[in-house]
Amino acid sequence: MTREDIFDKVRGVLIEALALDEDEVTPNAKLTSDLGAESIDFLDIQFQLEQAFGFKIEQGELFPENVQQDPEFVQGGKVTEKGIVALKEKLPHADFTELQSDPRVSRVPELFTVDAIVNFCQRKLAASA
Amino acid sequence: MRWLWIDRITDLIAGERASAIKAVSLAEEHLHDHFEGDPSTGRSALPVMPGTLILEGMAQTAGILVGYSSGFREKVVLAKVVRADLSLDALPGHVIRYDVRITQISPQGAATAGDVWLSDAADLNSPPRRLGTIDLIFSHIDQNMAGSEFGDHNFVFGESFWTLLRLSGVQPPSA
Repeated sequence: MTREDIFDKVRGVLIEALALDEDEVTPNAKLTSDLGAESIDFLDIQFQLEQAFGFKIEQGELFPENVQQDPEFVQGGKVTEKGIVALKEKLPHADFTELQSDPRVSRVPELFTVDAIVNFCQRKLAASA
Repeated sequence: MRWLWIDRITDLIAGERASAIKAVSLAEEHLHDHFEGDPSTGRSALPVMPGTLILEGMAQTAGILVGYSSGFREKVVLAKVVRADLSLDALPGHVIRYDVRITQISPQGAATAGDVWLSDAADLNSPPRRLGTIDLIFSHIDQNMAGSEFGDHNFVFGESFWTLLRLSGVQPPSA
């Protein structure tokens, strides 16, 4: 499956899960701030990706867990250096450039762009090939 | 007591599917207001089961299925209505049947797909008509609301649910 094919499938999932128009789903669009995803939509998106691609996504694999609650990773409303390292390890599909220059914890959801989802699916498919 | 919108569970297979029925009765007070007549315009009353309550009936059927699938250990909460298409009116004397199946289940929650059927209690020989489809997503809240404490008591599945399950012949899960 080419990256374009993967993008098309991911776009289909996001259109369905978030009730979007096709042209809204661009590679750089952020799921929360640009596409209006709320926390529960992430479970819907996860389920729909599993169905669309036929792989299983483990808890915390696509979207992180327990990082924001850990005082070692978050201090004073900001993600610490250690936190960034931990997140990077958990989320190799995400681009951390923006979070590193502005590590406010409220910006963590912005790691989830359409591109990050496509990267994730590409890695999953490659691992199972 | 939680307000139940199903009368009996007729089929329940953990991790798979469930069915439940609801008999619509003119004795239900909410039908008197939905929709009430207006003497000033001469409009007659039209008692119709509200679509929102049909949705709740499906949510209860599917919620029991999802809960049963984890032995009622999880607190199962309706998180998202993925799709709800209802195309017929359920009137007094009708029997609504909810058929639901789990399409996906994980530690965090479950997705269900359901069909709603309508029978006329006065004409049970006729095949049921499809009233609509309702697809839902449930969250296991203890697995999702990181940092939140909901306690050990499972407030979702209270006494009224156990009565319904018992009357439907469903054995409670062994502790």
